[in-house]
Amino acid sequence: MNWIEPNSIDVNPIQQLNEQGVLTGETSISDEDKLEVYKWMVKARRFDELAVKLQRQGRIGTYAPLIGQEAAQVGSAFALGEKDWIFPSYREVGACFVRGTSPSSFFKYAMGHLHGGILKEEGIFPVQIIIGAQALHATGSAWADQYKTNDAVSVAYVGDGATSQGDFHEALNFASVFQLPVIYFVQNNQWAISVPYDKQTNSQSIAQKALAYDMTGVQVDGNDAIAVYETMKQARSLARDGKPVLIEALTHRMGPHTTSDDPSKYRAKEGEEEWGDKDPIFRYRKWLEDMQLWSEEEEQDLNASIEEELKQAFNEAAETTTASLGDALGHVYEKPTNRLKEQILEWEGSGESK
Amino acid sequence: MTEMTMIEAINFTLRQEMEEDENVLILGEDIGRNGGVFRATDGLIDTFGERRVVDTPLAESAIIGTAVGMAVRGLKPVAEIQFLGFIYETMDQIAAQAARIRFRSAGNYHAPMVIRAPYSGGVKTPELHSDSLEALFMHSAGIKVIMPSTPRDAKGLLSAAIADPDPVLFLEPMKLYRALRENVEEKRFKIEVGKANVVKEGSDITLISWGAAMAETKKAVQMLEENGYSIELIDLRTIVPLDEEAIIDSVMKTSRCVIVHEAVKSAGVGAEISAIINEKALFYISAPVLRVTGYDSPYPVATVENDWIPSMDRIVREVKHVWELSLD
Ligand SMILES: Cc1ncc(C[n+]2csc(CCOP(=O)(O)OP(=O)(O)O)c2C)c(N)n1
Repeated sequence: MNWIEPNSIDVNPIQQLNEQGVLTGETSISDEDKLEVYKWMVKARRFDELAVKLQRQGRIGTYAPLIGQEAAQVGSAFALGEKDWIFPSYREVGACFVRGTSPSSFFKYAMGHLHGGILKEEGIFPVQIIIGAQALHATGSAWADQYKTNDAVSVAYVGDGATSQGDFHEALNFASVFQLPVIYFVQNNQWAISVPYDKQTNSQSIAQKALAYDMTGVQVDGNDAIAVYETMKQARSLARDGKPVLIEALTHRMGPHTTSDDPSKYRAKEGEEEWGDKDPIFRYRKWLEDMQLWSEEEEQDLNASIEEELKQAFNEAAETTTASLGDALGHVYEKPTNRLKEQILEWEGSGESK
Repeated sequence: MTEMTMIEAINFTLRQEMEEDENVLILGEDIGRNGGVFRATDGLIDTFGERRVVDTPLAESAIIGTAVGMAVRGLKPVAEIQFLGFIYETMDQIAAQAARIRFRSAGNYHAPMVIRAPYSGGVKTPELHSDSLEALFMHSAGIKVIMPSTPRDAKGLLSAAIADPDPVLFLEPMKLYRALRENVEEKRFKIEVGKANVVKEGSDITLISWGAAMAETKKAVQMLEENGYSIELIDLRTIVPLDEEAIIDSVMKTSRCVIVHEAVKSAGVGAEISAIINEKALFYISAPVLRVTGYDSPYPVATVENDWIPSMDRIVREVKHVWELSLD
């Protein structure tokens, strides 16, 4: 009988740069870009460390750390073209930086500033809180590009937890049926808050879920920025030809889910060390140093300049005047309804309803 | 002028708007080859092709969620939800995504899209096909809600909905799709979103209704007028934004008000209107504002639906009741 059995599906993650920082695969990336990728990863990590610290000091609100996911985020975003769009969740600071978000925007977001909702005027959707919802927005955006014959792709950034949502599957199905230029980039960081991968899905991989939709699926070592970059570049050229792609980047959320979460309640210290050895930045730096592209001195300069940049970004956010509730209420509809106008006036204390 | 039923008016308008603007496309289940289960999109695929008249897979959240992405990226999607009762499937994509994108991006992005859905009882549909759910969306800031009751209004309001910069839910009373024909201008015209229609003026009692419930309400008005009451009849046409001015002006004149809607009573739009009258015209009214509505149950099975839907008799009874309760 011709049963289709899940265990007959082979899924082997792509890796180019191994945990010891040795290039085992091939890469087309230029020396200049090699350094760029590294700098973005370091910036993402420094931002992360600072954001956690600022949250602990009560200077910004809840923050969702990305530590451990720098290669997945930077490698994927770095492979995109100018006109491409990304649809991030709350954890995609690194990808958003690469695509042009300023660090102060993320501080503003975490501080609850009205304009923290704008990560970029064009090309980046606001942070998505509803798990998986952005998979459909990316699909619709890709649809618009296909309709207008724009040469651009849309990328949905989702977590492993999101792949259990109906919206994720509806998105893949639509993308495949309509052959849309879209990439679903899943960062399988092993956890959806406290629920581990094997309780999220019984599939051996997320990548294989693409098969059901007759889409290309691929699993990549998400802590290997080079493999992620190369995979994403290929995915992008497939997507532009109307062949949507599902990428599963195997990575690990090294920190808590958010600054309000305590992972010691649900995960053991053990397995953690193993992931520590897979640190995406460590291996990349070693590789650069082995190629004589990077030195301790350059590292120090980089850190100093990032520190300065982030300090300024935080100050900018901290000094931003808070918008009024009245300003916020002006963004519900293009023009406030009479009811909203009344409420804005009431809030300003000059209304008649006192 | 051409005589049209409401469904013909909708079909005509979609065609006209698609001819006018290349960025308008329609998507939904069975809207292409089949022309929609009510024929609202009949023949459009022959003119505009599969690129602009899209038969989608069966997935409501995806229909609306992809429309959000398209709308933000410069298209004008007009999505159909086959029956309003199925809209629960897509509640997140409407209320939490489409309706909020402008607000949570501080005005940077917006989703100008239209969601059409038939609703209303009295046509013996299976479960979850008839429910009137407008109050759910009135409660979801950021979306507009339009509910026409005549072919002409459907045309003018649908054109306005497609031109609107905000997401619009356009609810079509299936009971009235083919119930009447009227002369409708063929030329493109828009009816302002948020303006109620004073269908007829009167001095004794204001009757407020919209959408499907207008049919029985109109019958009741006729009956009441024959009995000597002078009724002012308001067809809201738009639930969000709500034409408070029209409501208040009328109630200040008549000093009595009865609201008729097909949705369940609790936390319905009628409760909102009653509260507005209480806030803004209390000293002008001489009787409590009463409501004639569906009962607080899921929409019932076909054999009892006519007892559930506000009937002419119930409306007449409540109007007489208000009259009796009046202070002056
Ligand atoms: C629809 C929905 N359900 C629940 C939540 C609460 N929640 C926030 S993050 C999260 C886990 C998401 O895990 P995953 O998709 O793997 O992404 P990760 O946080 O690991 O990046 C949950 C349950 C939510 N935000 N949205």
